Amino acid sequence: MKTYTYTEKKDTRSGFGAGLAELGRTNPNVVALCADLIGSLKMDEFIKENPERFFQIGIAEANMMGIAAGLTIGGKIPFTGTFANFSTGRVYDQIRQSIAYSGKNVKVCASHAGITLGEDGATHQILEDIGLMKMLPGMVVINPCDYNQTKAATLAIAEYDGPVYLRFGRPAVPVFTPADQKFEIGKAVKFTEGTDVTIVATGHLVWEALEASKALNEAGISAEVINIHTIKPLDDKAILDSVAKTGCIVTAEEHNYMGGLGESVARVLAEHNPTPQEFVATKDTFGESGTPAQLMEKYGLNSEAIQNAVKKVLKRK
Amino acid sequence: MPNIKELNDLTTQVRRDIIRMVHKVNSGHPGGSLGCAEFFVSLYNELLETKEGFDMDGIGEDLFFLSNGHISPVYYSVLARAGYFPIEELNTFRLINSRLQGHPTTHEGLPGIRIASGSLGQGMSVAIGAAQTKKLNNDDHLVYSLHGDGELQEGQNWEAIMYASAKKVDNLISTIDLNKQQIDGSTDDVLPMGSIRAKFEAFGWTVLDIEEGNNVEAVIKGMKEAKSLTGKGKPVCVLLHTVMGNGIDFMMHTHAWHGKAPNDEQLEKGLAQNPETLGDY
Ligand SMILES: Cc1ncc(C[n+]2csc(CCOP(=O)(O)OP(=O)(O)O)c2C)c(N)n1
Ligand SMILES: [Mg+2]
Repeated sequence: MKTYTYTEKKDTRSGFGAGLAELGRTNPNVVALCADLIGSLKMDEFIKENPERFFQIGIAEANMMGIAAGLTIGGKIPFTGTFANFSTGRVYDQIRQSIAYSGKNVKVCASHAGITLGEDGATHQILEDIGLMKMLPGMVVINPCDYNQTKAATLAIAEYDGPVYLRFGRPAVPVFTPADQKFEIGKAVKFTEGTDVTIVATGHLVWEALEASKALNEAGISAEVINIHTIKPLDDKAILDSVAKTGCIVTAEEHNYMGGLGESVARVLAEHNPTPQEFVATKDTFGESGTPAQLMEKYGLNSEAIQNAVKKVLKRK
Repeated sequence: MPNIKELNDLTTQVRRDIIRMVHKVNSGHPGGSLGCAEFFVSLYNELLETKEGFDMDGIGEDLFFLSNGHISPVYYSVLARAGYFPIEELNTFRLINSRLQGHPTTHEGLPGIRIASGSLGQGMSVAIGAAQTKKLNNDDHLVYSLHGDGELQEGQNWEAIMYASAKKVDNLISTIDLNKQQIDGSTDDVLPMGSIRAKFEAFGWTVLDIEEGNNVEAVIKGMKEAKSLTGKGKPVCVLLHTVMGNGIDFMMHTHAWHGKAPNDEQLEKGLAQNPETLGDY
């Protein structure tokens, strides 16, 4: 079995910051907007190098989305930056009407997604954003798994013409994907080959899935780990090909099981190949304050939770 | 007559609570909390007319809503020391399974809290609704709310400000923590807002300044005056001039401590400047 290691931990939001800085140097049409959270979004480098292409909006996210939509008219490629809650729920109708329905080339870039933002608590821990965004017709939804993948995704979405939701996080997590990767929107990445069970994971849960597959392998269970970084458009084929072989699947995400990756996978399976599935996700609950690791454990979002889900789904084959 | 020495002692103790709480979990918002210590101490000890105990509906008592929920440390400290919940519970701030969430919430049932806040810009609307319910209930008690100055950049505030005067919500006193700072810098650097007084007045509110927002006596005097201006057909806005990080010299007058916890050494320094008065939690 192929195993993965890491030498350092970094936050995925820094991958976004590095990608944005690179875009600042290579793509003169890229502009950035922020709503009083420059440091948290790691936008400093872009701003330092391109002050004229940065717009400080103040604490006014709805206004930010509207301005971003307007900036596209004339050819700019706006990247908005704030926390995931204020990037989605706070501004849903502004995104819906002025960006998605109007078909504007805005990149909604959202940090501190999910429960791992930690101590700030439930008001800031959105676990519904993937659902909100994927329901918007034409919206691309991406949730990369580590620093390098987030940087690559940031570069890739600038090349894509259309609205994108890019979701990333606050805590430092293992960097285990290559620095020089090419990011293909909508294309799943297979990390391990397996025959007993498919594990489909997104975001911070990909590393947990790889940890789980190691432990499962030692217990004689062969897991195929697939990284779905793009929840929409979903790579149906990668999922269907894998379950044709394994016959069962576990989905893993830092999100409510209602509306998340798991539900998208369930729809594909229901349409094409009904397959036993277990969901590693939050179960229709708000989060709370705590350290990221404590919260991942309490809300069943770590490697152990994935292993338990695998054992459960194997019995349902 | 309020005993000013007692209130000042309480304020000093609240400052200690604030920095000890954020230091312990290495997270939370000391700057705005410290700047509003005198306001909270005055509010809960001299101004609010409250009943014994706590119930959600708060009929027959004054209500307070914190809109800028990130300054939860000062809120929790003052609530605990006013008897809403055990002072020892301050030890659990921002820890897992705690009622003292990073931002105030009703979800865990903490006495004293009537609405979740943290996502900025929503509290004034809630306060208006509660004030209108008081009118429907023929309850002549008041509704107080507190908002950050940076927070006023959220458009929902201006919808609320327009509505409150149009509907003559004159049992509401909304205070703005005018510390001139927010996360990315001073409010003037981030998004200059011009005259907040002129804006509220243009929207039909009665506006009153408390120039010394970090002086308990001045806060009590100003807030009593604000109270005397209620019931006259207009909502009342108090512009509370404060210093972010007040009471700890290296935290004052800068946005740097908006959301940063002191390290061990900084904590000791801050505590030395605020000797224990009522006993640490
Ligand atoms: C809707 C929303 N957007 C952004 C934030 C992040 N945030 C928390 S506090 C803050 C600055 C608030 O400034 P101000 O109201 O002046 O409070 P102060 O910094 O003075 O305590 C920001 C942007 C938030 N909590 N809610
Ligand atoms: Mg302020």
